[in-house]
Amino acid sequence: MSLNIEEIRALFPILHQEVHGNPLIYFDNAATTQKPKSVLDALCGYYEHDNSNIHRGAHTLADRATRYYEKTRESVRDFIGAKEEAEIIFTKGTTESINLVASSYGRKYITKGDEILISTMEHHSNIVPWQMICEEKEAILKVIPINDSGELLYDEFEKLISERTKIVAIVHVSNALGTINPVKKIIKKAHQFGAKVLVDGAQSTSHLSIDVQDLDCDFLAFSAHKLYGPTGLGVLYGKRQLLEAMPPYQGGGEMIKEVSFAKTTFNEIPFKFEAGTPNIADVIAFQKALEFINTMGKKEIRNHEADLLYHATSKLSEIKGFIPVGTTKEKVPVISFNIKGMHPFDVGMMLDAKGIAVRTGHHCTQPLMERFGIEGTVRASFSVYNTKEEIDEMVTSVAKIAKIKNK
Amino acid sequence: MSSIQDIQNEIIEEFSILGDDKESTIYYIMELGSQLPEFPENERIDENIIKGCQSKVWLTTREVDGKILFFADSNTDITKGLISLLIRVLSERNPSEILNADLFFINRIGMGNIIGSQRSNGLAAMIKQMKLYALAYQAKQNA
Ligand SMILES: Cc1ncc(COP(=O)(O)O)c(C=O)c1O
Repeated sequence: MSLNIEEIRALFPILHQEVHGNPLIYFDNAATTQKPKSVLDALCGYYEHDNSNIHRGAHTLADRATRYYEKTRESVRDFIGAKEEAEIIFTKGTTESINLVASSYGRKYITKGDEILISTMEHHSNIVPWQMICEEKEAILKVIPINDSGELLYDEFEKLISERTKIVAIVHVSNALGTINPVKKIIKKAHQFGAKVLVDGAQSTSHLSIDVQDLDCDFLAFSAHKLYGPTGLGVLYGKRQLLEAMPPYQGGGEMIKEVSFAKTTFNEIPFKFEAGTPNIADVIAFQKALEFINTMGKKEIRNHEADLLYHATSKLSEIKGFIPVGTTKEKVPVISFNIKGMHPFDVGMMLDAKGIAVRTGHHCTQPLMERFGIEGTVRASFSVYNTKEEIDEMVTSVAKIAKIKNK
Repeated sequence: MSSIQDIQNEIIEEFSILGDDKESTIYYIMELGSQLPEFPENERIDENIIKGCQSKVWLTTREVDGKILFFADSNTDITKGLISLLIRVLSERNPSEILNADLFFINRIGMGNIIGSQRSNGLAAMIKQMKLYALAYQAKQNA
């Protein structure tokens, strides 16, 4: 069954506006997706009806808020196929999830001379936390190279992995290129060497079906705001025995069992990693975002997005001066490109003048841009509510812009 | 040579013809950039890059008969257009004229809305750097 995109668009109030006199065309979905009305209503509804602190209040509102909060945890567990809710930790976002693992797991298990393996196409948030722990522990950061199409070189990964490798931290889907990496294969190989694998799922969770048990990843990090959910909220999935063995990341309320000045004992997972009053409203609203995705169906979403990607790629490729960046077959609906003779900032601003929102720049992947010998790209990223008509509008604008320098 | 006031009024007039059409305005700014005088290649060095701009902007000066000539370039065409507006207003002036210049045209043409906040910060950084040059030349001339 194919999706009714007009009906879906009606669920997103923000899409129905004009920018510089043109209907908004929102193609910056890899940065953050828009939120359906159900999510917005849940946010407001929480503050209007249920606002109270969770897990401690002995009154009806607190109990209600706690139940809704924990219901989202259950939905997240189901969404990624985890074994149990205790393995789902709420964080501020992908960035915090990765930092949590780097600091907590890293502090305990990384020692001098150990190696951590990442790839050339990592987002800065999956580079810097590892650099910090490497610096602290005198460990070594190694980088899996890619080819000119933006594909990971699996053979090179096999050469780099060894008994010294403690962690492989790898992006499932590149935010700058759209490349889907063979994470399952990587995880299997890494486990043969006793290494743990963290998957950066910031870009994959919205487009692909994820089953952490099937992947057998040790950690999965992702952000709610790229999944039709609220900003400032993310998830860290971790296998129970790893999370239990890891020291707390932050200290405070909620994460303790008992505190005395002599000794504090810590709460169980997941609470051990959720110090302080959490982002209750956004967690509760996130449940509606997951519900939205489940109602659409991941498969239907993927089909529609694949159509959009194919349509956009073939149309843009006809434009003189169009230079795609990242041309692998296995992609999510992300098109990164440059126009010959033009800076991506200028292209982005000219598209904005037509109401078309794209991202320009290095996309927090400077080492990747360096690998391609470019300063940045223009990135159009699509989502379930985008249409071929919108893509045609963009193609017309890009063609006009490209003509300036490519007569 | 027209006064700083007059040139700014000219610019406001030119932009008013473009009206609210953001696309034409951007194209016009880029067109201005293509008319920027050649930048001296030997001065395209890191020390001449203005800090605080997202795009790369190189700025250098010459002093001729007590007046400051500005030369600038950028890796992005829209930024080149912005520089060319600043050069049109501020180049070939005495240091004191530059230091005292009230660049009202920027607000009057609604530049903030046209180029957005990131680039507006960059524009402010360019103006600051031009005024710093003027200050340095003034100190030198008074020495
Ligand atoms: C691949 C990838 N990793 C990590 C992040 C960081 O996510 P957040 O800023 O939500 O923490 C992003 C966001 O752009 C991303 O695309």
